[in-house]
Amino acid sequence: MSKNSKLLTGPINLNNPITVQVLGICSALAVTVKLEPAIVMSISVTAVLALANVIVSLLRNTIPSRIRIIVQLVIVAALVILVDQILKAYLYDVSKQLSVFVGLIITNCIIMGRLEAFALGNKPYESFLDGIGNGAGYAMILIIISAVRELLGAGTLTLPGLGELRIIPQSFYDFGYQNNGLMILPPMALIVVGIIIWVQRLKTRELIEEA
Amino acid sequence: MKGLLKYIEKIKPNFEKGGKHEKWGPIFESFETFLFVPGHTAPKKGAHIRDAMDTKRLMSIVVIALIPALLFGMWNVGYQHFMSIGKEMCFIKTFGYGFLKVLPIIIVSYVAGLGTEFIFVHIKQKEIEEGFLVSGMLIPLIIPVDTPLWMVAVATIFAVIIGKEVFGGTGMNIVNPALLARAFLFFAYPSKMSGDKVWIAGLSEGQNVVDGFSGATPLGQAVENGSKIVDGLGHQLSTFDYFMGWIPGSIGETSTLMILLGAILLLYTGVASWKIMLSAFTGGAIMGIILNIFATDTNLAMSIPFYDHLLLGGFAFGMVFMATDPVTAAQTEKGKWIYGFLAGFIAILVRVLNPAYPEGVMMAILLMNVMAPLIDHYVVRGNVKRRLKRIKVANN
Repeated sequence: MSKNSKLLTGPINLNNPITVQVLGICSALAVTVKLEPAIVMSISVTAVLALANVIVSLLRNTIPSRIRIIVQLVIVAALVILVDQILKAYLYDVSKQLSVFVGLIITNCIIMGRLEAFALGNKPYESFLDGIGNGAGYAMILIIISAVRELLGAGTLTLPGLGELRIIPQSFYDFGYQNNGLMILPPMALIVVGIIIWVQRLKTRELIEEA
Repeated sequence: MKGLLKYIEKIKPNFEKGGKHEKWGPIFESFETFLFVPGHTAPKKGAHIRDAMDTKRLMSIVVIALIPALLFGMWNVGYQHFMSIGKEMCFIKTFGYGFLKVLPIIIVSYVAGLGTEFIFVHIKQKEIEEGFLVSGMLIPLIIPVDTPLWMVAVATIFAVIIGKEVFGGTGMNIVNPALLARAFLFFAYPSKMSGDKVWIAGLSEGQNVVDGFSGATPLGQAVENGSKIVDGLGHQLSTFDYFMGWIPGSIGETSTLMILLGAILLLYTGVASWKIMLSAFTGGAIMGIILNIFATDTNLAMSIPFYDHLLLGGFAFGMVFMATDPVTAAQTEKGKWIYGFLAGFIAILVRVLNPAYPEGVMMAILLMNVMAPLIDHYVVRGNVKRRLKRIKVANN
């Protein structure tokens, strides 16, 4: 496998930002009650991450290392405001559901982590790929969590453009089936993340640390 | 029985190492030890002392201690049901009705829980542990009688996997699995776990119910009516009624008398810690007294006498059977006092001061389960510090 394609696929499984690096958990809990906000959030984070990576990578030789954190923050904040304005303009409903969490992308650990660990030491094109890859890894986990939570918690799946689709048929409810209220509560997101980590480690042995 | 033993001996080689069905060995062994006492004994050479008190014996004693509460619970299910439809029934019919209502819940709880355990035994290739024997009996006793069976199954499976198996099985769990099952039900399906309708069999369908009958539990009424607590037909209930337990509530929790019988057995055999029980009831009583002193008109539940608090709801059941779980309770002797006291204290605090939760025992015990390692840590550190000081004094 070439080095560049590893940058893209690595973060999806072996180096996943949420399940392996355990970064960005906060937003994974907060925006995953429904599928649509989770998808929009993933796209926003991916866009901010990729662009911030490129910009920081371009500036990496001119940023004095003593003030690099503040410079990175300014770059990320500018991008996040841009994303926030775009969402407000074109996806107002979703932007309202995401509320403060779009703004909080600034403090998302994945972004600062990738800027520090990757963009400051690599060329722009590689940094861009790294940003897309990590964004995709984040998106994958977010989508799994939110699909599970919405399906079991509300019996629906909300897709962008299609609206709310009822997945669990009415006949189930007539037989006494009930939506699981625990799925709507944040603790369940944490438990679902835990179960994903569990399954991932069962499948990929190289992730298991030596005791 | 002899024939069965012979058959087991005959097929045993198939399941031993190198045998045909080696993979199924752990499951086979689980069944074998369930049916018969294992044949192996201590070697003859050297001094070996083996106590007869193993996990299985320990668990069996707890299950036996639960039986009075279970039988009374069955009778009470029938009694409350027939009261709601305005009929007087003989003892046998009352008990029989409750028996038929409760038995399916017990069966579902055991089948779902043991099934999950067996799957994990097979995956992990280790011997089965007996921990679920108690949890499987506790779960039916702490839920309302009208809980749908599939919910019981889902909650049990969730509790066994997330509460126990992910931590490494019996003895490694942080929280009590039975309480976790209840907490799961409580948050996942609140409409089936709280309110006025769920505590009495058949009341939610509402057929043949006497006019004006109310199925509210005493604690459910306490928030609005203070100590003016009535039974379904409007008769005032007394402390004696709470003690005997012919009141609506979860299946096994209502009768303090029957729980007391179980507690005596647990304390006599030394299975449960008397320190936890005593301090839990002390903690509950102290909180009750504090609330009595500061009782206001805005929260009438505060004016319930403190001794009634110890009899009502799941307090006695939780503190006797769940808080004393040797795995999840504090391990140090001093820690047990703190753990029990806080469990009782917080239970009454949540029950009275949080209108969203008419009963706080579940929350209090789960919270203290999580806190128990911390309590132990500080008790041990404190001990180390004290002894270090002693050394320094001696050196000087």
